[in-house]
Amino acid sequence: MRDVRHRAARLLVVDDNKVNRLLLARNLELQGHSVALAENGRVALEMLRRERFDLLLLDMEMPEMDGFQVLEQLVGDLQLRDLPVIVTSSLEGIHNVVRCIELGAEDYLTKPVNPVLLKARIGASLEKKWLRDQQKDLVRRFATPEVAQHLQESGFALGGTRVRASVLFSDIRDFTPLAESQPPEETIELLNTYYTLMFDAISDHGGIVSMMMGDGLMAIFGAPVPLPDHCASAARAALEMVQLVELFNVERAAAAKPQIRIGIGIASGEMVAGYTGTNDRATYTCIGNTVNRAARLEAHTKIALRTILIDDDTRAGLSADIRSEALGSLALKGMVAPVDVFAVAGG
Amino acid sequence: MPQPVIDPAAFAQLQETAGAEFVVELVDTFLVEAPLMLADLESALAVGDTDRFRRAAHSLKSNGNTFGALTLGALARELELTGLEPARRAGGATLAALALEYARVAAALTELRHA
Repeated sequence: MRDVRHRAARLLVVDDNKVNRLLLARNLELQGHSVALAENGRVALEMLRRERFDLLLLDMEMPEMDGFQVLEQLVGDLQLRDLPVIVTSSLEGIHNVVRCIELGAEDYLTKPVNPVLLKARIGASLEKKWLRDQQKDLVRRFATPEVAQHLQESGFALGGTRVRASVLFSDIRDFTPLAESQPPEETIELLNTYYTLMFDAISDHGGIVSMMMGDGLMAIFGAPVPLPDHCASAARAALEMVQLVELFNVERAAAAKPQIRIGIGIASGEMVAGYTGTNDRATYTCIGNTVNRAARLEAHTKIALRTILIDDDTRAGLSADIRSEALGSLALKGMVAPVDVFAVAGG
Repeated sequence: MPQPVIDPAAFAQLQETAGAEFVVELVDTFLVEAPLMLADLESALAVGDTDRFRRAAHSLKSNGNTFGALTLGALARELELTGLEPARRAGGATLAALALEYARVAAALTELRHA
């Protein structure tokens, strides 16, 4: 962690006073940071929306748009709300300091700014920002930006809620013999390409990938963020997954590599969703009968020789453009009651 | 003993942290900018623009303190806090006193700049 404090960052200094601007920039450059300058709030916001900065040093008393207005704009901006802001001001009165902090400023330094204090405050703010960025990056690997945002706001609290959602299981048919017949690096490369394609299809339709195991994955549509048409979204994602695998197979055929095939099972209904794990290591997942049913439907694709199988609840939520074929009421392995199974056409 | 025009300790610290060469540039910038702030105060007073008056006084206070020009900083602070009205009632006296103090500061900074 210590290294983070000394890493160079890109900072924006906003001050209408030229002497203040130059002096602050000088101090920051001596600390190894790269600095851009803006002479009022309006110019600063334009720059922030155009370029990436790690931290904003903000004066309060400025013409055109003052520091308070900048803080208000930042709070309301999804892209910029996490940007750390250190206020550097010689405004009098504790109420001004309080107002800045309430508007989301990380810190308040009185001008003339003491360079040692400045360095410590910037180090602390950047460290917090980098930790937040890392956390966001991790979340982005398994979730859409909207879901990532929601998780960020809900604060990763362990604990479950009951939701209505669709669960999708998919895996690669006969993957083990394929993996054993080729060099290990080729298997890993194949899996990485496959996962990239599958994640794209799932994210495109608002789903999140909750688990990956070998060549299989589990995705959730409708949690943690409710999705009104979660059944149709899951089915569309499945169709896109199949399509992407077909395209991938064209490439593989050209390289004289064996084709891959996938099987997908989708079930919809009520389930318990939330973070499970420990405070150190947790994953967002769903549990319940619906989830088991989706896993069994996926397994059943090998027997039914169909690519996408869904349950009755999912079928009931499909839009007219997605056709399905009834395969009857089947006794699936591990399920007490028989399940009405449907195959999605075109899958 | 009267307060020095430029507090030597504050100025030395500025040179130490920002570098003496850089402070020469900074002084030059101030000597260009400060007369504009004084002019801003004058014209804001003439047209009764309270915001502009307060902002110009605020800037002058902030820069005065940066260079250790403590009296200039205090005079500007007074204007920032009391606003335009008392200065208007005092006729030209308040701003004249400020301009006089700035002239001392400019002379002292010019000397320090060449030191």
